Amino acid sequence: MKQADFVNIVMPFKDKVFRLAKRLLVSREEAEDATQEILLKLWKNNKKIEDYKNVEAFSMTMTKNFCLDRLKSKQAQNLKIVHSNYTDNNSSLQKQVEAKDSVDWVSKIMEDLPEQQKIIVQLRDIEEYDFAEIAKMLDMNETAIRVNLSRARKTIREKLTSTHGYGIK
Amino acid sequence: MDMVLNNIEELVEKYNNAETTLKEEAQLKAYFLSDDVAPHLEHYKPMFQYFLESKKEQYTKDVPLNTKKTKLYQWISVAAVAVLMLGIFIPNWNSGPKTLADYTPEEQKLYLETKQALALISNNLNQGLHGMNALDMAGDNFNKGMGKANYIAVYSNTTNKLLKN
Repeated sequence: MKQADFVNIVMPFKDKVFRLAKRLLVSREEAEDATQEILLKLWKNNKKIEDYKNVEAFSMTMTKNFCLDRLKSKQAQNLKIVHSNYTDNNSSLQKQVEAKDSVDWVSKIMEDLPEQQKIIVQLRDIEEYDFAEIAKMLDMNETAIRVNLSRARKTIREKLTSTHGYGIK
Repeated sequence: MDMVLNNIEELVEKYNNAETTLKEEAQLKAYFLSDDVAPHLEHYKPMFQYFLESKKEQYTKDVPLNTKKTKLYQWISVAAVAVLMLGIFIPNWNSGPKTLADYTPEEQKLYLETKQALALISNNLNQGLHGMNALDMAGDNFNKGMGKANYIAVYSNTTNKLLKN
């Protein structure tokens, strides 16, 4: 496979890879680094790519695994420093005050979701994949995906309704 | 309007249960991004706005395939090896058999002068050698001393062993 062919294959979904990486790693730089490494890995496997029916789904799976691994090793490093994993009742209000506006506030709410739910909301509500595709990417059944998605959407809604009264716009 | 609102409320309910289709979700997005959202549903607005904004984010860096770079590095290393080889072989090309007659008179004179100076130093060195005998004797005594020093070494070994225990 030539370089140009590869770039043509990757072009339509490289932003989706980046956005999923950013959803999980939060920082833009880390997400860019991750995207670079994932694309490079894909390029190194470009002979195999021709065998895959769905390169995009394969790449999204790879991105998910790559970022979760990275988070795990990061967590292992920070374990000694971060010992407060309990949820602080004031933290959501605190965060909302920090958020520039209510749209920013949604991104903060998303940061607090469990990783699995983050990934599913990202793939469904932002990237608009159908459930069958998401099931393939995450190696989960559709029912489990719907359950997780419903939980995530309800959490977002609850946090938005409970803080809506503070009127940060 | 009420019909639309009823429909939207129903869809929101389905949406929260993750039962909406992509088409229905597109309908919801269009509604919540419009200007006339019912007040009791307004808190959904930022969520759909956020989804839309998030989808606009792009990966702006190059696709890093690096093949050009590695090729360049390969060429640089080939060139470096070539330069090294030249450094080894070139001096040998020039060093054919040469006699004193091949040099200019000035170079010959310089050569002879250097030879004389070196002979002088060598003479003096030989004289100095006689004086070295005294040092030899000192060296013998030193060796005896070394024998005694070995006892100390053995002693320190045993103390180390004791310390380890």
